[in-house]
Amino acid sequence: MKGLFKKFREGLRRTTPTFHKAFGKVGGVFGAKQLDAASLGELEEALYGADFGVETTEAILDQIQAAFRANRELRGLDAARIGAEVLRSLLGGAEVPLELGSHHPEVIALIGVNGSGKTTTAAKLGHYFREEGRSTLLGACDTFRAAANEQIVTWAQRLDLPLVSSHHGADAAAVAFDAYQAADSRDCDVLILDTAGRLHTKGNLMEELKKIRRVLQKQDEAAPHHRWLVLDGSIGSNSIEQARVFHNAFSLTGLIITKLDGTSRGGALAGIHRELQLPIYFVGLGEGSDDLQPFSVDHYVRAVFGLEDDEVPAGS
Amino acid sequence: MLETLTDKLGGALRNLRGVGRLTDENMAEALREVRSALLSADVHFRVARDFVNNVKEQCVGQEVVKSVSPGQMVVKIIHDELVQLLGEGGGALIEKKPLRVLMVGLHGSGKTTSSVKLARLLRKNGYQPALVACDVYRPAAIDQLERLAQDEGLPVHTDRKSKDVPRIGADGTRFAKERNANAVIYDTAGRLQIDGDLIEELRELRKRVQPDEVLLVADSALGQEAVNVARTFHESVQLTGIVLTKLDGDARGGAALSMKSITGVPIKFIGTGEKPADFELFHPDRMASRILGMGDVVSLVEKAQENIDEKEAEKMAAKMRKAEFDLEDFLKQLQQMKKLGPLSSIMDMMPGGAGMKVGDKEENQLKRTEAIIQSMTPRERANPQIINGSRRLRVANGSGSQVRDVNTVLKQFGQMRKMMKMMKGKKGKRMMQQMAAQGGGGGGRGMLPGV
Repeated sequence: MKGLFKKFREGLRRTTPTFHKAFGKVGGVFGAKQLDAASLGELEEALYGADFGVETTEAILDQIQAAFRANRELRGLDAARIGAEVLRSLLGGAEVPLELGSHHPEVIALIGVNGSGKTTTAAKLGHYFREEGRSTLLGACDTFRAAANEQIVTWAQRLDLPLVSSHHGADAAAVAFDAYQAADSRDCDVLILDTAGRLHTKGNLMEELKKIRRVLQKQDEAAPHHRWLVLDGSIGSNSIEQARVFHNAFSLTGLIITKLDGTSRGGALAGIHRELQLPIYFVGLGEGSDDLQPFSVDHYVRAVFGLEDDEVPAGS
Repeated sequence: MLETLTDKLGGALRNLRGVGRLTDENMAEALREVRSALLSADVHFRVARDFVNNVKEQCVGQEVVKSVSPGQMVVKIIHDELVQLLGEGGGALIEKKPLRVLMVGLHGSGKTTSSVKLARLLRKNGYQPALVACDVYRPAAIDQLERLAQDEGLPVHTDRKSKDVPRIGADGTRFAKERNANAVIYDTAGRLQIDGDLIEELRELRKRVQPDEVLLVADSALGQEAVNVARTFHESVQLTGIVLTKLDGDARGGAALSMKSITGVPIKFIGTGEKPADFELFHPDRMASRILGMGDVVSLVEKAQENIDEKEAEKMAAKMRKAEFDLEDFLKQLQQMKKLGPLSSIMDMMPGGAGMKVGDKEENQLKRTEAIIQSMTPRERANPQIINGSRRLRVANGSGSQVRDVNTVLKQFGQMRKMMKMMKGKKGKRMMQQMAAQGGGGGGRGMLPGV
């Protein structure tokens, strides 16, 4: 478990992000030192810098300031612990174990805006499930973007995963239908459908998604059993809006946050969770096929606030 | 959607009624609102802070002009300041032949698509562009560029065997020369700004191909990270411009302001859709309105232009002026409106419309109206006055609605016609002028310069 945590944290802090500067100072250099107005200002900047947005930042700051008023000798490390606690409670319910196996095949549809990392995530997920001992099939429903097909074909070859694909411009719902039949006849456990990127503001493209769903439902009424939104972790507050619109159109069942290996903190996920209460199943922490990891609230919160792994968070 | 800044400021500045001069004290709450509006639009923390301080300096001591409310005045100052900041040093690419453009950015920001779009735009401006595929990492990235370039009839240099990116770049330059191309666009792989090896590769490529322009392609929905991205790319490969992509989404785009203020690199182009033609020069005033949540009337107008047949619209307008508008025209209008997308997304683009709830109910109402008109005969559509009781019943049955629904539609239509008749005469002209004057002076929400 520790190795996994390390990876999570390494992904989250490869170089000097503001968080580590601020919390490094507060929690490290100033660890034993008391807070003052200036370091509270730094805290605020760090929280905004992590894309937590106005509401979450204020929620965390309020708690820290209240603690500071009650105890003028509050140290930086204490502040980090309080912040971690608030964030942890905001993210309550975000970490839910993924349960597969009640359907056969179990269909997962990956959706999201352009460039959020759906195709790469589909391949990595296939790899992940196969490592878990589940037979997995990929369905290439992105028939729109030029060479999207070739991209997923290359991934499938690289990872040796079976794939059902069609040609550029084909009907995405038809590919979904074929992929389902293939998965069914080959007795696969999991079918992962990669769909074309679409901005949530495009009504007609959102309709196409619904069509994919309708077609699948002809074979299995509950399919696709999982409807996951793939979100780019470096996107700011708009990801909340994206999630809301996709949720309204397609009733999402979970989220995957990608590209958290940069310097971004993906703080918007706190806002999304507060609004939609969706579980976060996986996070993308790098480009390798193993770098898609199950989401852990504890790891995330501690990495964000720079608390050590042996540091027992307050209240747990 | 968030409340518009003007609405928020309206509340914060309510106490200012009757105040003749803006001061530090009476501005404090309003400026807090401005700051939080900027932060929720993803403007970087420091940029937001500096910006607010700037605005404060400009506001304090200003006399409040009688005809506008203090809120409107503050918004105007903010808007102008934003436009100035965003627009400084902007403009098109340098004019030079041959022109070499290097495209860089994070994964999934839209480099490949933007490369082709830029090539297309340059061709329109008299260049002969060629493309070079320098993304040797992402599976099928080369195929993607090749496919898009082929669709546009643009020459593209690829080398599927080599991983030597600077070399591919140099070969590409030669390739372009041989084909008499005088604009070369190098599409590169997406990379994190902190990935040392890949950034080094980019530096090498830059050295080899000596680009005249280095454009950072950035997603307009980027969060606070935008600043780190722009700064680090700028330090390593000296950017000359920024391309903001995916502006057809509804991100407020505060990242644009952050990147511009921190690096000073001007924003040159924006990507506004999936089609190759959806690419244009950056307009600071539109972006400013967008960041402030003041609605995006210009985009709405453009969307309308894109989807509505101009001749048709002119015919319609002429009919309206003459008050010859019949139910057939009404139906056409409904159908054109539907082409713009769901009502709710249209409302979001209107100033002050963001908060309004337009749901399925209104959408269904539209559908029903359409069905009712479609159940009428052409003669009935042209002469609604002939629709008597039995005709109403038939129309209601035909459209699966009730007679009272048919009555409602006819009543609405009658009112519309009456309005048009009123506009026709001299009296109407005066009324229009009055309305225009009111809209300009008192329409607190729609304060959009240039519209």
